[in-house]
Amino acid sequence: MSKTKVKKMLFILSKATIENVYAAFIMANGARMEGIESEIFFTFFGLEAIQKKKLEHLHVATVGNPAMHIPTMLGGLPGMEAFATKMMKKEMEKLDMPPVGEFLEILSDSGCKLWACKLAMDMFHLKSEDLIDEIDDVLTIGDFYSRANEENTHLLFI
Amino acid sequence: METVLAGFKVNVTDEGYLTDFSQWTNEIGFEIAKEHGIEMTDQHWKVIEYLQEKFNNNEALSIRGIKKSGIINIKEFYSLFPGGPLKISTKVAGIPKPVSCI
Repeated sequence: MSKTKVKKMLFILSKATIENVYAAFIMANGARMEGIESEIFFTFFGLEAIQKKKLEHLHVATVGNPAMHIPTMLGGLPGMEAFATKMMKKEMEKLDMPPVGEFLEILSDSGCKLWACKLAMDMFHLKSEDLIDEIDDVLTIGDFYSRANEENTHLLFI
Repeated sequence: METVLAGFKVNVTDEGYLTDFSQWTNEIGFEIAKEHGIEMTDQHWKVIEYLQEKFNNNEALSIRGIKKSGIINIKEFYSLFPGGPLKISTKVAGIPKPVSCI
């Protein structure tokens, strides 16, 4: 459909802050909507986004994030992160952006492959049953590289 | 620009989207679908009707909306209109290309 030469987008999501998770999801979904293949490899803190118990409790960072335009000391006050996250989620809902769990269902139904990193799973003592059902498999980074098996594949680290 | 689709004179954008929905007919939809290698079935037309209804009600289209539509699920949507489902189906429906990133 699209005139792009990109055939496949492989995303590595290593962070669990809401802006990073949504960046990965929106780009992966956007690729599928253009007829481009897409896959996401969840590693390190990115694994929070696919854990049943944690995925709806991701936060925006209010400390160490200059784009918040509030003093770092204020950002560290109890409840600030939760408050900022609530505000951000409200704005996202206005734009019809789905919550994390629903977004993962959409991605999976759209044919976006979802992979969990084996090494990070071992490190955090996670089992497959801690993850959402939509996860296609647990892979090593080598396995993931072998997914880049056609021309015009791009890898993106988030 | 002006072009002829299924024997009808219509105005389209550079990407081939009709600029005036009132010029749309079933035959035009059929023709655009064919250009994308799609053979229209009852299921396809149901989706087209849904999209046109949303357009007439001034409601934005998104993949999330398709999920909630009750007409079709996302997997079926991708298999009915392969290679960019929302973009192709809106073109067939004679309505503008969706502007949302979701």
